Amino acid sequence: MLGRTAAGLFWLARYLERAENTTRLVDAGFRMALTRADSDTEEWRSVVTTAGCTNAYLDKHEVFRSDKVIDFVLRDKDNPTGVFRALQEARENARMTRTALTREVWEAINDAWMSVRDILKRPIAERELPEVLSLIRRQAAQVRGAVAGTMLRNDIYNFMQVGTLVERADNTARILDTKYYVLLPSSASIGSSLDNVQWEMILRSASAERSFYWLNGGNASPIAIADFLIFDARLPRSLAFCYDGITEYLKRLEREYGTSAPSHELAIRQENRLTSLNIARVFEKGLHEFLTGFMAQNAAFSVQIEADYRFYE
Amino acid sequence: MGEAPQFFDEMDGFDGTVRAPYGAYASWLQDMSRPALLKKSLEAQAFFRRTGITFNVYGQAEADERLIPFDLIPRIIGAHEWANLVRGIEQRVKAINAFLHDIYHRQEILRAGRVPERLIRENAAFLPKMIGMDPPGGIYTHIVGVDLVRTGPNEFYVLEDNARTPSGVSYMLENRETMLKMFPELFSHIKVEPVQQYPTMLRRSLERCGPPAAKGNRPTVAVLTPGIHNSAYFEHAFLADQMGVELVEGHDLRVTDGRIAMRTTRGYEPVDVIYRRIDDDFLDPLNFRPDSMLGVAGILDIYRSGGITIANAPGTGIADDKAIYSYMPEIVEFYTGQKPILQNVPTWRCAEKDALAYVLEHLEELVVKEVHGSGGYGMLVGPAASKAEVRAFREKLIARPGNYIAQPTLALSTVPVLTKAGLAPRHVDLRPFVLVSPAGVEVTPGGLTRVAMKKGSLVVNSSQGGGTKDTWVLKED
Repeated sequence: MLGRTAAGLFWLARYLERAENTTRLVDAGFRMALTRADSDTEEWRSVVTTAGCTNAYLDKHEVFRSDKVIDFVLRDKDNPTGVFRALQEARENARMTRTALTREVWEAINDAWMSVRDILKRPIAERELPEVLSLIRRQAAQVRGAVAGTMLRNDIYNFMQVGTLVERADNTARILDTKYYVLLPSSASIGSSLDNVQWEMILRSASAERSFYWLNGGNASPIAIADFLIFDARLPRSLAFCYDGITEYLKRLEREYGTSAPSHELAIRQENRLTSLNIARVFEKGLHEFLTGFMAQNAAFSVQIEADYRFYE
Repeated sequence: MGEAPQFFDEMDGFDGTVRAPYGAYASWLQDMSRPALLKKSLEAQAFFRRTGITFNVYGQAEADERLIPFDLIPRIIGAHEWANLVRGIEQRVKAINAFLHDIYHRQEILRAGRVPERLIRENAAFLPKMIGMDPPGGIYTHIVGVDLVRTGPNEFYVLEDNARTPSGVSYMLENRETMLKMFPELFSHIKVEPVQQYPTMLRRSLERCGPPAAKGNRPTVAVLTPGIHNSAYFEHAFLADQMGVELVEGHDLRVTDGRIAMRTTRGYEPVDVIYRRIDDDFLDPLNFRPDSMLGVAGILDIYRSGGITIANAPGTGIADDKAIYSYMPEIVEFYTGQKPILQNVPTWRCAEKDALAYVLEHLEELVVKEVHGSGGYGMLVGPAASKAEVRAFREKLIARPGNYIAQPTLALSTVPVLTKAGLAPRHVDLRPFVLVSPAGVEVTPGGLTRVAMKKGSLVVNSSQGGGTKDTWVLKED
């Protein structure tokens, strides 16, 4: 496979995952705004922070107001991490790697881009928001379904899966890091309604609220939430799940190519850290420090895989 | 509306009686209601958009992706008619290859005085670097798209020999896919020659021209594209995909150990045959345009030393130059010893004094084309042009007569298209696709039928709003 094709597949998967994650964030933010009477400025600020576009946002807007944030995060063409641009990039990369994709996958991506582009042509009114968000998620799910159902399990597939999981790990870590202070034991005035709402927002942002309550019988605690999102490999958006998957796909790549690469080492080190640590140790050493370290390692892994497989000249 | 049709219609001939190749189709069509057809037409459009069959239009601020209009009434050619065309095309393509070999070797045709030497020497499409070079397999034009037009039952003319990088073959294939999807019942009772084998034939044909460096192993083929912003990118990706070969850009390639190699996830791997979809000028910044970002530095040197096959060969443009075109009857006769089977459109070379005088006097009746132009740009269709346009063109022509040729306005045949108001005749041309390898010449039974969607218009180019139709060649008459 061409190095450039591997790059295109990796980034196609990252951008698609990004569009979906950002949609989920808006959904969680919107949900919070609906369930709270008081000012929700802080929640919308944290949506922008988690989506990683604070500076770009502040270039255009002064306050974190729901309509402005929703518009910026979903539609703004100047927002490189927003849904519009992420899907546009995903589709450009799909066009570039057209020969590596099945017809079903290409059509699903093309269809996702066209229908989301059309629906984002006009500003989104609040009453339309749920429908718009669910359309975006449905489209992303269709692409994922086409990938799962029609692609060969070879290097093409492995690069896409690794891209998805790297992006997802970064996103989950950022969701936790933006709100790490509400998870700290010091601030845990357990049972306060404020914290409950905050915790719910964290879980919702990772599409994890139902599974969390299902597993925990309705008992939420900060430590259990952090444990779930970091260490529970059953949850498809946890850090442990992501690195479990990354090392597995790299192993397959190693089998196919008959040779390992430095990025594999980095991934295994990340995974070992996740299996050897536990949530008590993490809180002891500092949740924020742990997450910052994780994100840096995750980014370093991404850079290394680009070098190992000659993504660029 | 009572007035006699002045053009030959592929379905209804001159007199409105359904012609034999359309017999079965026309009776099927009669039973279809217009709303049902219009609905199918919308379905086809949605299908094209979803599969991403679009092209980018040059010169538009926002490089928009547009659909080429697709009309679902097929262009049908009888088995017998087709067999005659194929003979003519084979003859012409063989002559073109012989001409190219000659021009880059002994230049017999110039010595014999059949083509003026100046026309070659002063031609930008002539590449002196190709002199004495023998392309692998002896083939110059591996892929040719011969543009034909028809004016009557047996009158076919070659309008252009696209011998550089003919495009449009993906539309031939996708149009057929669409028709199969829309009207499966038609194909079960009308026996139409398939076209889907084209990508396999193309790959085989390219593999047969491996360079000496491939040493008899199955050659590695790649398609070279300028990139996703090129107007024909969809086709480049489509062909690579259908052939099962890599689609590379210039920056994926470099010279390594005397070969052209592509950067893969496992290191640099040699390529044997490159089907390039970029022009000669951009192919090699070391040998041609130094500012080209699209090509591969040094590829021409590797080519000369037998390390790579380039299809079509550099320098083939000299054969489809519009000034050379007018000499095609002589060229065919010179190399095949036979009279040309397909006719050339009579052509005035404006570089010649008498011809220029005639053209200036008859501008309103003629089609005037730039010698090096393509895509329907920079041409004058006399009968359709306004007085002011003719006047403006006259000045350009007087300033640089050598830059133009002129031809009579041909009464292009029509095929009905579906409009909201019903069926209406529109002018068409035909581009069959031809593959050449040491094993021979293969013409895919079908091709691209381009259709001018505007009433009365004779310009079929997609960049000028033209559309396409599926082209059927019948298995038996």
